[in-house]
Amino acid sequence: MLNYVLGRLLTFIPTFIGVTLISFGFIRALPGDPITVMAGERGVSAERYAELKVQYGFDQPIYVQFWDYLTGVLHGDLGTSFVTKRPVFDEFFALFPATLELSICAMIFALLLGLPAGVIAAVNRGKFFDRALMSTALVGYSMPIFWWALLLIIVFSGNLGWTPVSGRIDLLYYFPDATGFMLIDSLASGQSGAFKSAVLHLILPTVVLGTIPLAVIARQTRSAMLEVLGEDYIRTARSKGMSPGRINGIHALRNAMIPVITVIGLSVGTLLAGAILTETIFSWPGIGKWMVDSIFRRDYPVVQGGLLLIAVMVMIVNLTVDMLYGVINPKIRKR
Amino acid sequence: MSFKSTVATGLLLATVGVSASAQSLVYCSEGSPEGFDPALYTAGTTFDASSHPIYDHLTEFKVGTTEVLPGLAESWEVSEDGKTVTFKLRQGVKFHANDQFTPTRNFNADDVIFTFDRQGNPDNPYNSYSGGTWEYYGSMSMPDLVESIEKVDDYTVKFNLTRPEAPFIANMAMDFASIVSKEYADAMMEAGTPEMLNQAPIGTGPFKFQAYQKDAVIRYLRNDEYYGDKAKVESLIFAITPDASVRYQKVQAGECHIMAYPNPADVQAMKDSDDVVVMEQEGLNVGYLAYNTNVAPFDNAKVRKALNMAIDKQSIIDVVFQGSGQIAKNPIPPTMWSYNDAIEDDQYDPEAAKAMLEEEGVTDLSMKIWAMPVQRPYNPNARRMAELMQDDLSKVGVDVEIVSYEWGEYLERSKAADRDGAVLLGWTGDNGDPDNFLAVLLGCDAVGNSNRANWCNEDFDKLIQEAKVLPTQEERAPLYEQAQQIFKDQAPWDTIAHSVVYMTMRPEVEGYVVHPLGGHIFNAVGLKE
Repeated sequence: MLNYVLGRLLTFIPTFIGVTLISFGFIRALPGDPITVMAGERGVSAERYAELKVQYGFDQPIYVQFWDYLTGVLHGDLGTSFVTKRPVFDEFFALFPATLELSICAMIFALLLGLPAGVIAAVNRGKFFDRALMSTALVGYSMPIFWWALLLIIVFSGNLGWTPVSGRIDLLYYFPDATGFMLIDSLASGQSGAFKSAVLHLILPTVVLGTIPLAVIARQTRSAMLEVLGEDYIRTARSKGMSPGRINGIHALRNAMIPVITVIGLSVGTLLAGAILTETIFSWPGIGKWMVDSIFRRDYPVVQGGLLLIAVMVMIVNLTVDMLYGVINPKIRKR
Repeated sequence: MSFKSTVATGLLLATVGVSASAQSLVYCSEGSPEGFDPALYTAGTTFDASSHPIYDHLTEFKVGTTEVLPGLAESWEVSEDGKTVTFKLRQGVKFHANDQFTPTRNFNADDVIFTFDRQGNPDNPYNSYSGGTWEYYGSMSMPDLVESIEKVDDYTVKFNLTRPEAPFIANMAMDFASIVSKEYADAMMEAGTPEMLNQAPIGTGPFKFQAYQKDAVIRYLRNDEYYGDKAKVESLIFAITPDASVRYQKVQAGECHIMAYPNPADVQAMKDSDDVVVMEQEGLNVGYLAYNTNVAPFDNAKVRKALNMAIDKQSIIDVVFQGSGQIAKNPIPPTMWSYNDAIEDDQYDPEAAKAMLEEEGVTDLSMKIWAMPVQRPYNPNARRMAELMQDDLSKVGVDVEIVSYEWGEYLERSKAADRDGAVLLGWTGDNGDPDNFLAVLLGCDAVGNSNRANWCNEDFDKLIQEAKVLPTQEERAPLYEQAQQIFKDQAPWDTIAHSVVYMTMRPEVEGYVVHPLGGHIFNAVGLKE
């Protein structure tokens, strides 16, 4: 197992270099540069433009700029945002806990509903329940996030008044972000009602962000279960008179979990992509919105640094998922 | 703000208690500030969060007008030749304090000199702080204009200018001229943390900065030592809410008291609702279509006029602005002094337009219209606007191709002298001075830069150059009025629209005034019991 993990860690190196190169190149491939975007309609004189180019280092050949960036990265310096003039690293880790908290909640929500729904649909294959669940999943999968979020806000926050419209906590509460995770910080603050407010604020964004992963997990669980339920050993188990609960819950589900876990790993990317829209609508101060704003402003250091950090996070999640295979399937563990 | 200081302020507040809500005004703002030193930035969102609540200026715009009043300068004198401006400063004005800094002296001439010196003098240690590029200082031509700044005594400052410039007094009320504390700057430089000037701002304004949680909330407390009328609420909170529909939901749900920039499509429903109040005013902006007057047949004023007559501006207002705009007939907005209301706009008349084109020998004309890729208050949907124009112009036999580029590219390419096509663009005023529209957008000096029509008319230019150096509004206004007439006769643009700015608020909000310069100012805003 240790060898396996070390081997996987080694593959991080080329991926890391590749991501650095792509993130550096991608933002520069977009037309326009930060200086003209910042100047807007007001314009900037040719002399001033030349001065600013020197100040930002754009007068250097592109390979020199890349080398500077790469050496910076290897020294743990991702540069400073052109716009806020603050280190990219600090900005990322000030915002990332908000995205992580929301993503974890969304994933838990998707798993709690998606796994049982998939199993139930598989067991009742072709029956009404199966069809109803799978049609709902299809709708969930193709739901435009923006529309879905506004619909939920109008119904649950506007008409019913059950949940707050947006934000992470009621503005009444104010305490230091010790961890950046609002659920933890609100509990730690000891202010009465703060935790409840944080939970209420999480509900709608969680549902919105979790909807697509939920649909994917339900469908994947169903098809993996159907495949496993057709296997010989399940028939054997049935013929031995084992209870359906035991067959489905232990023998079938465990074997169906491998493709499902793959999907969960891949959903991390979906969650981050979905976070961009979800965070914008719910005024959720996370990295999704931060990245989009930075792309529009051509804030090169933020875009390249942010992409790199996100890529590292995704690599870590994928490694974790691969290790989980071993836990679930002893055949992989032994290899 | 460093993590440590955020924690410290947080703990302080936690012990003081959280029930400040009764006297808290919550504003749903549309975006995050880039920082808190206004001179480093150019965005209105940043100024709302910094320049207006935290800082004061030598002169101030009277809220709701473009009239200039005394601010930190009690009075000023302009020399006979117009090249020296002497400000008498207000005494006894106190700077805010925070965890790192407690002022030992009141505001004085050193602060004024530091405020401008750091922007214009490359040797000032703060000139390069926070990657400072001082865009606004540059774009208002301050580096060429200000020859030197002298401290006459602790409360008198003299600006020596290279030329007489009437708008200078109004420039001193702009956001980039927010007065910062030299004492604080020196202390932070000594501590090795100059960027605190931008992250934990200290000013003399009606509100003290308390804390900023990135992309979420900004908190301010009332400055009880403010020299002027003290703020009505104890604390001011900006709840950063980028989506307009969500802002409206928050106002309805009582999570915010007041919001900016509603969706045009929601305005009618807001006006009909008893739960909210909607205030409106024409924005200090103009959206236009600039022909390239260098290129035939657009070098012919009659052709340009004919094209203007072929475009149905009313339907643009209805469709693109959904009513939140008004037809523009002049290049300056109606809220600005010297606006020439006697001018008659080119009437929409496709038949006459067609005849006029034929008269000028223009048949089978095909042209390009450039549509901006971004949304602006003066043009919420340039693509749609260009399509409507395409349709209108096809009715007079003009074939239009719509082109667009990425925003930075668009701004750059549209400056070209031989640009192919008419370009959709606009402008939002900086200081309420007509010069800021007429010279910047239509002056001969601006050709190849912000004069997208490449239009240089001697008579027009003479008038605006003369007006710029006259000392009083009364003397300047007639010249600008004449200039607007020349503009209309020559038609380098089709003036399309001035946007209407809406503010939506709960009924308990009182004392809010919509500011024509676009800022959102809460000093005098209170909440009914």
